[in-house]
Amino acid sequence: MTVLTEKREPRTQPKTRKIRGKVHLREHLMGWFFVGPFGVVFLAFLIAPLGYALYLSLFQKKLIGGTSFVLFDNYVKAFTDPSFLSGAWFVIRFSLVSIPLQIILALAMALILDAVTTLFARFSRLMIFLPYAIPTVIGAVMWGFLYSKGFGPLTDIFGLFGATAPDFLGSNLIFYGLLNVVTWQWAGYYMIILYAALQGIDPTLYEAARMDGAGRWQVATRIKIPLIAPALILILVFSLIGTLQFFNEPQILRYLAAGTIGADFTPNMYAYQQAFSLANFNYGSAISFALGGIVFICVYAFLFFTRKRRSFL
Amino acid sequence: MKRRQIIATVAMLAAGTGLVGCSSSDDGGSDASNCTNTITKKDLPVVTMWGWYPNTQLVVDNFNKQNNEVQVCWTNVGQGGDEYDKFQTAISAGTGAPDVIMVEADRIPTFQIQGALVDIKKYGYDAVKANYSEGAWKDVSVGDAVYGVPVDGGPMGMIYRKDIFDKYKVTPPKTWAEYEQTAQKVKDAGGPLFGDLGANVPAVLMALQIQKGATPFTFDPAQPKSIGVKLNDQASKDVLDYWGGLAKKGLVGTQDQFTPEYISGVINGNYATYISAAWAPGYLTGAGVGKGQDTGKFAVAPLPQWDPANPVQVNWGGSAFSVTKQAKKPELAAKVAYGLYADKESLTDGWTNQIIFPLNLTALKDPAFIDLKVAFFDGQQANKEVYVPAADAYQGVSYAPFGQYYLDAMTKQVSEVIKGSVTGSQAADRLQEDVAKYAKEQGFTVQ
Repeated sequence: MTVLTEKREPRTQPKTRKIRGKVHLREHLMGWFFVGPFGVVFLAFLIAPLGYALYLSLFQKKLIGGTSFVLFDNYVKAFTDPSFLSGAWFVIRFSLVSIPLQIILALAMALILDAVTTLFARFSRLMIFLPYAIPTVIGAVMWGFLYSKGFGPLTDIFGLFGATAPDFLGSNLIFYGLLNVVTWQWAGYYMIILYAALQGIDPTLYEAARMDGAGRWQVATRIKIPLIAPALILILVFSLIGTLQFFNEPQILRYLAAGTIGADFTPNMYAYQQAFSLANFNYGSAISFALGGIVFICVYAFLFFTRKRRSFL
Repeated sequence: MKRRQIIATVAMLAAGTGLVGCSSSDDGGSDASNCTNTITKKDLPVVTMWGWYPNTQLVVDNFNKQNNEVQVCWTNVGQGGDEYDKFQTAISAGTGAPDVIMVEADRIPTFQIQGALVDIKKYGYDAVKANYSEGAWKDVSVGDAVYGVPVDGGPMGMIYRKDIFDKYKVTPPKTWAEYEQTAQKVKDAGGPLFGDLGANVPAVLMALQIQKGATPFTFDPAQPKSIGVKLNDQASKDVLDYWGGLAKKGLVGTQDQFTPEYISGVINGNYATYISAAWAPGYLTGAGVGKGQDTGKFAVAPLPQWDPANPVQVNWGGSAFSVTKQAKKPELAAKVAYGLYADKESLTDGWTNQIIFPLNLTALKDPAFIDLKVAFFDGQQANKEVYVPAADAYQGVSYAPFGQYYLDAMTKQVSEVIKGSVTGSQAADRLQEDVAKYAKEQGFTVQ
């Protein structure tokens, strides 16, 4: 840097500016040139579809009377539509239960695996992570069969004690049935993220803590958890967005329990039904955007309340 | 620097061509290059077709072999709802639909009202008119216009397990009152469930409501803007209350049908009866029912009646071939729709395997068909005893032009009945409100 400025000094001012301008222009062009490919893809595959969906959501198509511009009528309809509202309420309730559960499990496992360094720990780490490597669809199908009353293992296990097995695909227990599938699938993934964050902590801190008389429990709660808070917040945001957009698992289990899981079970499923089986792309788009709004509000509220701790975003 | 520039240029060009590659329009369904069947007469014009009969391959090959004017290119894009969703998307997109499509009769008004189907009356209807009964034509027509060629009917009957009936010493019920009494008797003797109320088969309940005298929809094509929706009349309520009551008393199961769970139940003998249509044996056989040591355990009896003095026969399912508006040569497409599954060889294969209940009179009046000793029913002459009389007495129905919404809404209400949160009558009222509201939103005047 200093060398450069020294060199430039003797030159006359206007010339420098001219050269600088040229360099700037060339750098500018080069910059755009490099950003270009990304920009084109970004515009074509993210901004354009979003814009088109927003455009669609402002119209209404009727079987009789055709398409008309209605501005925000579809949104007014969505927020007074019991199907959408009950779906939204379901995913919010589901988030409130499933996210803390998954995070606590993931955190506990990560802390244990961080503290124990035997071969068994490495094996467990892999096993806990394994469900995440199984595609969601396969996982849902698998659990669907495990829950089966006819040929699932639950009937046999409960039969040993003379009890009837709970029907996790029935309307009373479907919440817990799905909770189990989701936790099984995602807790391991969150555990790996937290574990990686724990591995990044400087071990000298533990040494210092021990010299100050901290026990293992204190090291975990006073040092480890505060230091991985950014990773915790990251996975909380991930899981919040993922859960509010709940779609795969209920959509697959619907093939086994259509009576329990209606077509409007979650907002995303409702948008899918409207767009692809009722040909109402307009209302489907509006539901998607309304859901987007809910996700945005939830995530914003969450980040607002945790703003002191976050070091990303 | 220079090399980087080159790399960047290449990268951008690559991205660019990638985009162009994506944007070049893919005709999907109307693309004749990826047929499931092999077309041997390559110089003839090709008509694309979607369908899911288990023996479609054979039917298409038979047609192509016998025809020297046009060849069929067949794709199976899924069964029932899966196909309709794809067709619906193609209709909305304005491209991607096949020329000929297999649809169930109850879906024809849904697609017709969107202008997605072609009236094929002027493309050779008169030549084949006599091959089908009037009722069969009525189910595929809207007003005077014909939107499909009937293939398969779904006259309903009561399939039952002979072994269970023998064990508990009961006879097939003739009325719905007897059905409940028999169910109670079997239950009291420690027997299995008598039947099943599946929330995912609303079409069965619709048929049973029609049997009791309900007319869910009245629709006059001359006045396409107005529709009669009557889903909570006494007959509709009675039927929902009846089945809700059976479920509540534990006489019937509440398992979704067409699921592995249900099929395993049928194989295990968990259900003494299965209220279903003539195509059910073919479906059940395909799913592995009635094989091995279960061979010959099933029999069929006529559908129980509300009033045995005035029996009413109803239909579930049944399908047809329609020509879509996206067909570039509707005349050729209509030839396929009329000719496909209408030759003796294909029809015989269809009915011997119980894949279809033929509506083509050459098969329907064929003594070999009528007298067939059905292996699934242990040699019972099921067609003669149950299905043919039921088909003959069937009157035809007006279906809704928003069938998908109606059936989804009904599934929702039936699952509420199963849950016990509403009674059958309340469910009927809610359904009426829900569907009438939807009809109004769609621009209809609801009567």
